[in-house]
Amino acid sequence: MMSHPEYEIVVGLEVHAQLLTNSKLFCGDSIAFGAAPNTNVSPVTLAHPGTLPVMNHRAIELAVRIGLACNCTIEQHNYFARKNYFYPDLPKGYQISQHTTPICGGGEVRISVSGEEKTIRLNRIHLEEDAGKSIHDANPDFTAVDLNRAGTPLVEIVSEPDIRSSDEAFAYLTVLRQWVRYLEVCDGNMEEGSLRCDANISVRKKGDTRLGTKVEVKNLNSIRNVKRAIDAEAVRLTAMLENGETIIQQTRGFDVNSGTTYAIRDKEDADDYRYFADPDLTPFVLETAEIDRIREALPALPEARILHYTQALGLTEYDAGVLTEERNFAEYFESVTQHTTYYKSAANWMLGPVKSWLNEPGRQLANFPLAPAKLAALLECVEKGQLSFSIASSRLFEKLLDQPDAEPLELARSLNLLQDSDASSLEPVIDAVLAKFPDKVEAYRKGKKGLLALFVGEVMKQSRGKADPRVTNELLLEKLKS
Amino acid sequence: MEVNDALVDKLAHLARLSFDGQEKEGIKQDLQKMITFVEKLNELDLENVEPLIHMSPEVNVLRNDEIRGSVSREEALKNAPETDGEFFLVPKVIKR
Amino acid sequence: MFVYSSISHYQSQLTQGHTTCVEAVEHYLRQIAATRHLNAYVAVYEAEALARAKELDTLRKEGKTTGRLHGVVIGVKDVISHEGHPLTAASGILQGFEAIYSATAIKKLLDEEAIIIGSLNCDEFAMGSTNEHTVYGPVLNADDESRVPGGSSGGSAVAVQAGLCMVSLGSDTGGSVRQPADFCGIVGFKPGYGRISRYGLIAYASSFDQIGIFSTNIPDTALLLEIMAGPDVADSTASRQQPDAYSKELDTPKTPYRIAYFPEALDHPSLDPEIRDAIYKRLESLKNEGHHVQPVNFDLMDYIVPSYYVLTTAEASSNLSRYDGVRYGHRTEKPVTDLVDFYKKTRSEGFGKEVKRRIMLGTFVLSAGYYDAYFTRAQKVRKLLTTKIELIFNDFDFIILPTAPTTAFRRGEKTEDPIAMYLADIYTVMANLAGIPAISLPLFRHNNGMRFGLQAMASRQNELSLLRFSHELLTNREN
Repeated sequence: MMSHPEYEIVVGLEVHAQLLTNSKLFCGDSIAFGAAPNTNVSPVTLAHPGTLPVMNHRAIELAVRIGLACNCTIEQHNYFARKNYFYPDLPKGYQISQHTTPICGGGEVRISVSGEEKTIRLNRIHLEEDAGKSIHDANPDFTAVDLNRAGTPLVEIVSEPDIRSSDEAFAYLTVLRQWVRYLEVCDGNMEEGSLRCDANISVRKKGDTRLGTKVEVKNLNSIRNVKRAIDAEAVRLTAMLENGETIIQQTRGFDVNSGTTYAIRDKEDADDYRYFADPDLTPFVLETAEIDRIREALPALPEARILHYTQALGLTEYDAGVLTEERNFAEYFESVTQHTTYYKSAANWMLGPVKSWLNEPGRQLANFPLAPAKLAALLECVEKGQLSFSIASSRLFEKLLDQPDAEPLELARSLNLLQDSDASSLEPVIDAVLAKFPDKVEAYRKGKKGLLALFVGEVMKQSRGKADPRVTNELLLEKLKS
Repeated sequence: MEVNDALVDKLAHLARLSFDGQEKEGIKQDLQKMITFVEKLNELDLENVEPLIHMSPEVNVLRNDEIRGSVSREEALKNAPETDGEFFLVPKVIKR
Repeated sequence: MFVYSSISHYQSQLTQGHTTCVEAVEHYLRQIAATRHLNAYVAVYEAEALARAKELDTLRKEGKTTGRLHGVVIGVKDVISHEGHPLTAASGILQGFEAIYSATAIKKLLDEEAIIIGSLNCDEFAMGSTNEHTVYGPVLNADDESRVPGGSSGGSAVAVQAGLCMVSLGSDTGGSVRQPADFCGIVGFKPGYGRISRYGLIAYASSFDQIGIFSTNIPDTALLLEIMAGPDVADSTASRQQPDAYSKELDTPKTPYRIAYFPEALDHPSLDPEIRDAIYKRLESLKNEGHHVQPVNFDLMDYIVPSYYVLTTAEASSNLSRYDGVRYGHRTEKPVTDLVDFYKKTRSEGFGKEVKRRIMLGTFVLSAGYYDAYFTRAQKVRKLLTTKIELIFNDFDFIILPTAPTTAFRRGEKTEDPIAMYLADIYTVMANLAGIPAISLPLFRHNNGMRFGLQAMASRQNELSLLRFSHELLTNREN
């Protein structure tokens, strides 16, 4: 963590998020991950002579969604421009991008680091197409080019250089990733490359208002690695400044093994991209009504939900935070609370048994057999004393998963799992247990109160978990008094 | 506007073209003639004129987010100057 | 002996059994073979065309309904994509390239049972006015083989001129259909921008390009336009307005038209006096026929060609970036030191001189520091011109002007000085800058023996009235 007395680190982040459309931004190839090389391609993707781009309607909607969530100003008159440069994975020799006329301007993301709130301002969000992939290490003499990814729709989210530590960067990316998943704009999978981050890092003396020369670290493939790269650069750049060395503007990569950055190219030979409005595309206009429609359809973001859970439902910040990590999990929880007012219990059940179920590989909430109403019914049985939590959350829960249409209470009854709160049926069991351990009873009466737990445990065992622990406790105390 | 060697080199580099000796002199002169020719436009007062950016009057020409139009890999690689049957191959550029 | 006059005549001959598709194709194949020295064709699909002709003859004899272009023999400029056939833009950089999809316009023609007999020579990437800048060698004007046919669609013009097909397709970005039509004494038509889909047309300048039609008569032109025109999901710039039924509505009762002409154009120093006189005379007779003919002030003559070249070279410099030897086309075989070297060698080897000139100029006008002074400026001039033209069409139906300042030049006359060649486009670029339909009609013969025409332009979306007017003009000439 950066805590040099004299210098501070200034970071701006550029995040590229692949949109959750079915097809590419300007043609109908699939963008599904993992396809065999060069199979999601068309003459348009291949930039064959005579081919032309046509805009994907859905990509625009998704860009507006994330823009509205970040409180950006939505540009109503939109264009695409050509960014001209040569690279093997850029088939047309230009990228179609909104770099100069972004669909969203301004905006902000609120983060919290060690309890402190901070706002990171955004510069813009714009649409552009992704390039293909160049693979350098498959063949000794050649670079292999795969164009499956070429043309995939991206939004580029550019922050202002408001970030002052690697922890802030970590928090910012965590929130952004969560939001794009919430909004179903992007699946946020950094390992697969659907979310990528470039960091612009500079260092300056504290109190200095000018920005130092920035270094760009590209292609960071995890939030953790962004943090590590920033930490590494902070050390490297600060050392350079202390030694009186000049920092040159550069593009660098990050070596995940050594945790250090390395130079890729100097920015001095930065290309002149010769941007001009793409004459093959028409402008697209977003009417106010359309923007309003998208705004109305926005799902509530974590912040709003956490507020609701803590204030209206009485949950802790921590529990609310975990519940709202993923939108579908939060929505399932909210559905449960439609059927019961035992909110705390509902939270426990979500964070306990349901989360455990989800832990198994391949499991998704979408495939969870129990309807929220059923889970509500189940937890109410426990709250009302009809079932013990331990039996409900283990044996009955398991059985319900196989028979999700069954009534929890009926099923418990048929399986003889109902909690026994009846003193008259419990007394014989208690008597038998006390009779079994006369010396322990003696020891208890002489002062070893801790042995109560042993007796309760034995009763539970003898009753195969059905004894109501509270009633058992009461009866034992009474009987042990004499 | 004078066209010098530095400008020709810069433009050639941006366009990924190369000109040798005599050719370069020739393109330099051609470029000079062409640029002088188009500088005729400086005679006009265009202060209050909006640039015409799009020729088509159409707006919001959008397509549905459907999967269609892809070709097979064989088709895609059919015209490739160098391929291993899976990828387009380009002479190695990064030594790492 | 097969004789062609028009599509409708040909189809009635077919229906009546006086000829067959096979006979037509065989006739054209013989003609092509006999005139190889004209160098109009780049590739001839002999076996394929004959097979298709045979197929169509069988279908017709079986009484199955026939397409509107049943058996029509068409040549296509080497810039229009036709699946399974070579597509090279007459360039070294696309040698060996085979198209994997067909242009929308081609699909429409084939759906109507047209027979595409081959691909036609042109200036490389449609850049040129003489059809001398091509990797296949120059095309000769059949009326005088020492002269150029015009360009860039020189091959397409000669193919119709010399009877090597019935109609042909070219492309027109600054006059590349109208000027060769003028030099070769045939009809050359450019629709308004967006009327015919550009999907499958090799892009030279995206906001100027249109597929154009060469023929000997207006009904043929109208029918071809009718079939190729229309919205296209694959081209964002194609007009979404439904086109008119051009071929069905050609004959209309005579009405007086309001015709404008530019004295600045007709009195321009570069214009051959015989051409000027012929056009003035024609305007006079139109007046005598009852049309309203009037001069209109046009003070932008000197600015349209520079504006055109700034904008088209800019768009072209970007459109031609895809020719890089990575996914198709020519790739250098020389050893390369790095990627930049790979690109430079490949592209420099593959592109011809004129193409390289235009890429360089285009790169210049788009580059940082010059963009506003050249590119934006030219866009403003385009706006001025377009507005002016729209205003004129508020009061007039057509504008008449020359197609070219001279008749067909001699070969080699224009290849050294690029500017001299560019200035010859002075009358044709207007229609591309403004996106309006325009046509060149072969109405005259020069003392030097060459035919030449005049050009008529109409407002956007008004191809139908332009074709009607053209039909009238041509029919009158015949009388």
